[in-house]
Amino acid sequence: MSRPESPLEHSAATPVLSVRDLAISLPSGSDRSHAVEHISFDVRAGEIVCLLGESGSGKSVIAFSIMGLLPGNVRVSGGDLVLNGTALNGATGIDAAHLRAKRGTEMAMIFQEPMTALNPVMSCGEQLDELLAQHTSLPANARRAKVIAMFEAVKLPEPERIYASYPHQLSGGQRQRIMIAMALILEPKLLIADEPTTALDVTTQAEVLSLIKALQRERGTAVLFITHDMGVVAEIADRVVVLEQGKQVETGDTQTVLSAPREPYTQMLIASVPPIEPPVRASEFAGPPALRVESLCKTYLSGGWFQKRRETRAANLVSFDVRPGETVGIVGESGSGKSTVARCITRLIDPTKGTISLGEQALHLGSADELKLARKRIQIVFQDPYRSLDPRQRVGEAIIEGPLNFGVSRDAAMRRAKELMSLVRLSPEVLSRYPSEFSGGQRQRISIARALALDPEVLICDEAVSALDVSVQAQVLTLLEEIQARLKLAIVFITHDLRVAAQICDRVLVMSRGHVVEQGLTRDVFLSPQHEYTQALLASAPGRHFKFARNSA
Amino acid sequence: MGAFLAKRILATIPVMLIVAIIVFALIRLVPGDPAAVIAGNMATNEDIARIRTELGLDRGFFAQFAIWAKGLVTGDLGQSFFFKKDVTALIAERVGPTLSLAFLTIVITVLIAVPLGTLAAWRHGGWLDRALMGFSVLGFSIPVFVIGYLFAYFFALRIDWFPVQGYKPLSAGIGEWIRHLLLPALTLSIVYVALIARVTRASVAEALTEDYVRTARAKGLPESRVLIKHALANAAVPIVTVIGIGVALLIGGVVVTESVFSIPGLGTLTVDAVLARDFPVIQGVILFFSVLYVLINLLVDVSYVFLDPRIRY
Repeated sequence: MSRPESPLEHSAATPVLSVRDLAISLPSGSDRSHAVEHISFDVRAGEIVCLLGESGSGKSVIAFSIMGLLPGNVRVSGGDLVLNGTALNGATGIDAAHLRAKRGTEMAMIFQEPMTALNPVMSCGEQLDELLAQHTSLPANARRAKVIAMFEAVKLPEPERIYASYPHQLSGGQRQRIMIAMALILEPKLLIADEPTTALDVTTQAEVLSLIKALQRERGTAVLFITHDMGVVAEIADRVVVLEQGKQVETGDTQTVLSAPREPYTQMLIASVPPIEPPVRASEFAGPPALRVESLCKTYLSGGWFQKRRETRAANLVSFDVRPGETVGIVGESGSGKSTVARCITRLIDPTKGTISLGEQALHLGSADELKLARKRIQIVFQDPYRSLDPRQRVGEAIIEGPLNFGVSRDAAMRRAKELMSLVRLSPEVLSRYPSEFSGGQRQRISIARALALDPEVLICDEAVSALDVSVQAQVLTLLEEIQARLKLAIVFITHDLRVAAQICDRVLVMSRGHVVEQGLTRDVFLSPQHEYTQALLASAPGRHFKFARNSA
Repeated sequence: MGAFLAKRILATIPVMLIVAIIVFALIRLVPGDPAAVIAGNMATNEDIARIRTELGLDRGFFAQFAIWAKGLVTGDLGQSFFFKKDVTALIAERVGPTLSLAFLTIVITVLIAVPLGTLAAWRHGGWLDRALMGFSVLGFSIPVFVIGYLFAYFFALRIDWFPVQGYKPLSAGIGEWIRHLLLPALTLSIVYVALIARVTRASVAEALTEDYVRTARAKGLPESRVLIKHALANAAVPIVTVIGIGVALLIGGVVVTESVFSIPGLGTLTVDAVLARDFPVIQGVILFFSVLYVLINLLVDVSYVFLDPRIRY
């Protein structure tokens, strides 16, 4: 793309950040000797450069090396980091005290988790104030005015109130705005954003992304944006650096890399992004429903002796059914009640009202014994494969524990476990090892095998692929569809990820604040959403207008 | 908060009642007749019986309890068998030295333990950390009286910096007060330094791994501020909890230390009262300690509100 050279671009010829042949070594005994090697890129003023990679690609390590915040045993072992003409490392580099003085002033950083990145025992205003007190000589009242003005700039409501609030009193989106305000208040030349929207809901994500972009334009900040999300890249980046396992795979402007990637890895990565447009699917499923939920309600009561009683309706009059072989999705943002529904169905929590029937059996009534038998027929796969398996239990034991509990002999259960391993494409040897020896994707396969060991009729997937890298996610989704076709499973698929829902669900329910606002065939809901919430949700999906390269890699 | 305080203070009433009953019953289960102790070796059986009547010990268990409980309601803890004085007056006389000793001990402990633990957490695995670990094993395992006699031998007898024994009230001047209390307070503080430094270290070390510490460093704050305002401030709740437990336990330690250094406090009073089977004094002192325990716990709970804005009652 050729553009006329403006004076601004001319002065921006020297990059704000220059990374040359960067190598970062890991302590001995790690799975590789270097976190990253041979990394070179520039970030110019007014430009957003995305570091794109899956987990383990080393993208965050690069960010921390620039900020000088690497953990003690990880070191920059080669190459140059230059910020505004000042070497940050090596023989000619500045010392720790000077580097510290640049943090917060010349370069600033936003982190992924707004829940944990702010100090919980310090008021939000104070957390910005200490930054100003450290780096400027402004008197207290001028600092306060500046902080309030910055809160306004990031569009926080009632800045005076926010100043005195503690982080736990704010929503995730507001906390991330505080982080952005903190990062930009001293007008740094370089902003590093490490997955700043990954932990946010899509509608909040869309707002925060446009905020970062607006502030960056206004101030001409150079932004290094770290993400694993191709949609976010399409939305925000001028240029992209693709990383794989610590190696720089491909670099170029966003349009080119996303629509015509050169390298096989990039091609594979982009091909794994589920299109937001749902494919045409068979819409008829025969037979009586495997699972029927009618008017399900779950109300939480809080408050005690001296406080006012409060009622929270986590789920309100939710009704749907799932037939064998069908996948019904429940999509919604955090707090929409989708996980509450999943837990009520499996009776991990008791519904307040409504009926749940599993074939002929009423699941919401049932004595403890009946419930135990019903549990065999309905199984759940949880979100976090790192925490849902007992780390001290061998994989085989975890899988056969359920069947043993229902009186299957040990030998028979083990034989079945071996079959399941081939079903989820793992080797039977896996059974004698511990969960810690496996990657996230492998663990999620193990979790699926564990759920299937009881031969359930209904499988609940509660954000089952949300914690996985996109390439792994694609594999697990394909696997789920294969298994469903073979076993005629009824699947309830709970997700916040619209792209995933578009690809795997036959029908979807859209939930907001405990209510089902819309339901129907996936294609109908996605292509002509009726409810305004659904419309807003779909409009927020990052990169929705972008044509990603589609070739079978 | 007001409702919380009211509820907590009301809740102390049944607690005190249960303590009172248990103490009263327990003392009377222990063998030994106060009348015989008071009467001395040469007394006849008639003498002892007369003294028993004077003290009211010839009445039934419940009658005795009723008289005592009636007094309690009006704040009267009864009369000492041995000293022939009001128990409240006796406690009032002796409480000064004990509270002085406890207070000084806690101040010394906190001043040493919290910075030590924080630094050890900061330089996790460094020499200070390892030294602290070694010290805390020693601190936990050497009995108070051994440390007390060692300190008295070196600091008082050999180099004569401090008096060997005795107590001077605050009214005699703060210098004298501290000079007399410093050795016993140091002695007592060793085990608490070990305890509180370890808890501080663990708590701060955990806080240092949190994301907000990384944020603080990314803001270009100096390490001292990161350590104190961010890590330590977030580690405060468990530390204060253990300090509270420490203060409560301290009262037990005071008894031994007061004997070693001859401080006329509640500890020595307790020992004397037990030896003399002076029931009203024993009951009074234990009841007084329980009130103190309850108050300390309440204070710790209330302090959480100021340490962590997420905690609300």
